[in-house]
Amino acid sequence: MMEKIITCTVCPQGCRMTVTGEELHVSGVTGNKCPRGAEYAQSEFVCPVRTATSSVRVEGGVRPLVSVRSSRPIPAARMAELVELLRGIRLEAPVAMHQVVFENLWNSGVGVVTTAEVAKRRSPQTTGC
Amino acid sequence: MQKTDVLIVGAGVVGCAIARELSKYQLRVMVVDKNEDVGGDASKSNSAIIHTGYDAAPGTLESQLVVAANPMYDRLTQDLEVPFKRVGAILPAFTQEQFETLFAWKEKAFHNRVYDVEYLTAEELLQMEPNLNPEVRGGLYIPREGIIDPFLLVVALAENAQQNGVDFLLGTKVTGMKVRQERVTRVETTHGEIEAAFVVNAAGLYNDEIAGMVGKADYYVSPRKGQFFVLDRKTACRVNHIVLPIPTKTTKGKLMCPTIHGNMLVGPTAEDLSDKLDKSTDEAGLNSVEADVRAMIPGVRIQDAITQYAGLRPQRNPEGLRVDRYDDVKNFLNLSGVRSTGLTASAALGKYAVQCLQEMGLELKCDPQFDPRRKAIPLLRDMTQEEQDQIMQREPLYRRVICRCEVITEGEIVAAIHRPIPARSMDAVKRRLRVGMGRCQGGFCGPRVIEIMARELGVPAEEIQKNEKGSYMITGRVR
Amino acid sequence: MFHVQCDVAVVGGGPAGLSAAVAAKKQGAQRVCIIERDKSLGGILQQCIHAGFGMTYFRQELTGPEYAARFITLAREQEVSVLTDTMVLRLEEDKRLICASGEHGLTEVCAGSIVLSMGCRERTRGSIRIPGTRPAGIYTAGAAQRLMNCQNKTVGRRVVILGSGDIGMIMARRMTLEGAQVCAVVEIMPYLAGLTRNRVQCLDDFDIPLLLAHTVTKIVGRERVEGVWVQRVDEKRAPVEGTEHFFECDTLLLSVGLIPENELTAAAGIEMAPITNGPVVNQHMQTSNPGVFACGNVLHVNDLVDHVSAESEIAGRAAARYALGTFGKTLREAACEAGKGVRYVCPQRLCIGEDLEETAMLYFRVGAPMGAGEIKVESGGHVVASRRISRANPGEMEKMAVRLGDVAGDTVTVSVEPREEKQ
Repeated sequence: MMEKIITCTVCPQGCRMTVTGEELHVSGVTGNKCPRGAEYAQSEFVCPVRTATSSVRVEGGVRPLVSVRSSRPIPAARMAELVELLRGIRLEAPVAMHQVVFENLWNSGVGVVTTAEVAKRRSPQTTGC
Repeated sequence: MQKTDVLIVGAGVVGCAIARELSKYQLRVMVVDKNEDVGGDASKSNSAIIHTGYDAAPGTLESQLVVAANPMYDRLTQDLEVPFKRVGAILPAFTQEQFETLFAWKEKAFHNRVYDVEYLTAEELLQMEPNLNPEVRGGLYIPREGIIDPFLLVVALAENAQQNGVDFLLGTKVTGMKVRQERVTRVETTHGEIEAAFVVNAAGLYNDEIAGMVGKADYYVSPRKGQFFVLDRKTACRVNHIVLPIPTKTTKGKLMCPTIHGNMLVGPTAEDLSDKLDKSTDEAGLNSVEADVRAMIPGVRIQDAITQYAGLRPQRNPEGLRVDRYDDVKNFLNLSGVRSTGLTASAALGKYAVQCLQEMGLELKCDPQFDPRRKAIPLLRDMTQEEQDQIMQREPLYRRVICRCEVITEGEIVAAIHRPIPARSMDAVKRRLRVGMGRCQGGFCGPRVIEIMARELGVPAEEIQKNEKGSYMITGRVR
Repeated sequence: MFHVQCDVAVVGGGPAGLSAAVAAKKQGAQRVCIIERDKSLGGILQQCIHAGFGMTYFRQELTGPEYAARFITLAREQEVSVLTDTMVLRLEEDKRLICASGEHGLTEVCAGSIVLSMGCRERTRGSIRIPGTRPAGIYTAGAAQRLMNCQNKTVGRRVVILGSGDIGMIMARRMTLEGAQVCAVVEIMPYLAGLTRNRVQCLDDFDIPLLLAHTVTKIVGRERVEGVWVQRVDEKRAPVEGTEHFFECDTLLLSVGLIPENELTAAAGIEMAPITNGPVVNQHMQTSNPGVFACGNVLHVNDLVDHVSAESEIAGRAAARYALGTFGKTLREAACEAGKGVRYVCPQRLCIGEDLEETAMLYFRVGAPMGAGEIKVESGGHVVASRRISRANPGEMEKMAVRLGDVAGDTVTVSVEPREEKQ
């Protein structure tokens, strides 16, 4: 059996919860003030997930980068791996909002989309965002 | 190898004042400085005051020069378009003991031929400075003391000298000198050798090292650190004059005064150090500034500080401002011991040094082309509405405000980068225009200025320095 | 000089300005114009590429640019006009704004009413007094964020972050993911300045140490930062001797608080409030200059952008009514005061007119973290509103609605007192 302290982030209360369990099985949660906390604790214990956000390079745009996000939360442990994947990506301006960067990341059904627009550059002078 | 009639070592206020003075004559003049920008060390971080010399030791060269220089600043700052204001200084006495010394200070002023010093009653003092400690018993008024932007003075002197033909070799360190037959024949620098008919040592803090290269090692220069606070323009507790404490035997003490840009300046400490590179501030020093100034101005709001800095005054050991010529190095003029009064003294020292050079054999022929006027970068914030409209029509870059605290546009920044003495680093731009000197301290405009500089200088952002080499701002690209 | 005439001029096109402009339009103002100094709308949200916005306002987790885009779309639909690349230089007395516009040069905007929504700026090293040298490599967290997320520039490789504000923690994660090493986040207070969620997701997830009740006492490095000295502090926030620890790093990020950006406001002679550092307003977000309104972080620094959007709608609607001449009359006024446990209350004034059923929203912050408690709003010796809370934090904004008819005296006092929690 393993014990893990988890701070709840569902609401600003920030309950400090103790989860006991083994690998994918949770046997108990204490310290939570509501059922949503218990649910969160379970998922954090088994496989914490986060919405991944980062940026990719844009060629020929009014800005050099466009921000991106995962369409759904991904395992926190794979965040760095995703950033490495994004390093190799080049998008051509214009870039649309929610333009697909990856359709199906790691065959998990999670996509990566842009979270901003980038217009095409007309003059050679640009200054950030 | 480069050749010149006069080589000046040091592009601080003294070096630049001498250079400008020499540019009135038909001469080849060169100024070298180890730093990437003019302004030296002490010349750009000090209390920014043009003194009258009322408190100098009477009869000394320092007293002579400061007293003579003070009246020159009205014309000089007008010609060079440098902001300058004679706000006057007050010297308040808070204890009976201090009160009793006022007579001696007025007498000293008299011996220095500063005749316009007046006594003030406590009522008069409090009327002039309502934030003064109400326990004040009386004081002195020194009306011709003034405030200036010391860096703008140096850069204006340098630019005017440059326009009149002086060459500036910045980022160039003097590494040695060859002396043959009682003359300096070669000056070795990090950018090659220079042959100079005359060499002037105006190297301030490093003056002893340069003098050592020609075998003059009978003194040394140690740094005397001064720590300051700069308070926000909007700070509630202000002073209208330079408020000076009565000096003690050991120190001139810590003052509070307005800056020419409307901030409040509080400081400095006076700490004797050995490390000429130690420009750090420390808690003890800053606390002592706060405590001492609070004794004079109880309501001073140090919490409104927008920045703190430390400057190093070149302290000569043994003491005293000296201009030396030597029988065994006949073409070498040595200026040492130019300390806190040096900013004021420079205007007279420039002329004094040229006179010395002439006596040493430098032939002076007036240059009819000499133009004493230098145009400053036009600043949007100082213009009338009509002028603002006109400049924006004429120059579209003046439409883009980059520094919102100080209202500086891209037009002014680009101008500073392409001036006769160009701004090549973030701090160089900042010192010329006050970009990032406001209360956001560059938090907002910094990233934008980096981009403009990279574009104008045609280099990647990684090569933009904050100040000297190695002070890089950017480490690479994200993607 | 270029001239623009409008009913409502909005200074700043960040979340506050966008929300106010859309609300003003919906309220019936014909010509609403946003003046934005950047080349595009969205303000600071453009560089906040992380998620966590919109949970209250849109009931959906959005990134900063997405949150901004929703309002930009609304503004477009409502035909709000926009002057981008335009900075307001002066606010003149007769509701005229003198601006520098990239397209038009010097520009005069004449308005029926004005909404100030310039946002805030970050506190700097100078204002918190860290001794030491002045090398390159000291950035405010927001400046570093802009460089990384908008300008594609990295600012350092080994980082110490001073201050546990949200931007600082977000940048700790961002820089870690981009290959930098974040040595520690150092917070002078014994509690976190930002949101717990950010501590978990930005620091704990990456094993970044959080040093509470510690501060940076000295910066070392001649040209570039070479390291910082960190020390523990006592209850009076004074460094404790013998706890010095040196972190070798090339970068120091500062996330030590935000200050409303009120140069324009103060220069126009508008009355300012000392604690919020923003203008004094009434419940309509109206300043001491009757035709000038203020909202968002220029008024007081908010915790969540969602609150900014909601509060700015009030300002936008009131500004529209003012421009249209339908702004209600005030019969009497009451001052809002911070009582026990409360640091400030915004608005600072309530204007009571004929409609006694009107409710006013009071925004406030507690002075220190506390557990279970009760918020009380008192006026004329009576409790006019109260609510029990299970906890409160200075980092989070609280709000209470008050029915104007219940305001009896000249003052309305908000206080928060602890209560025994029932098991």
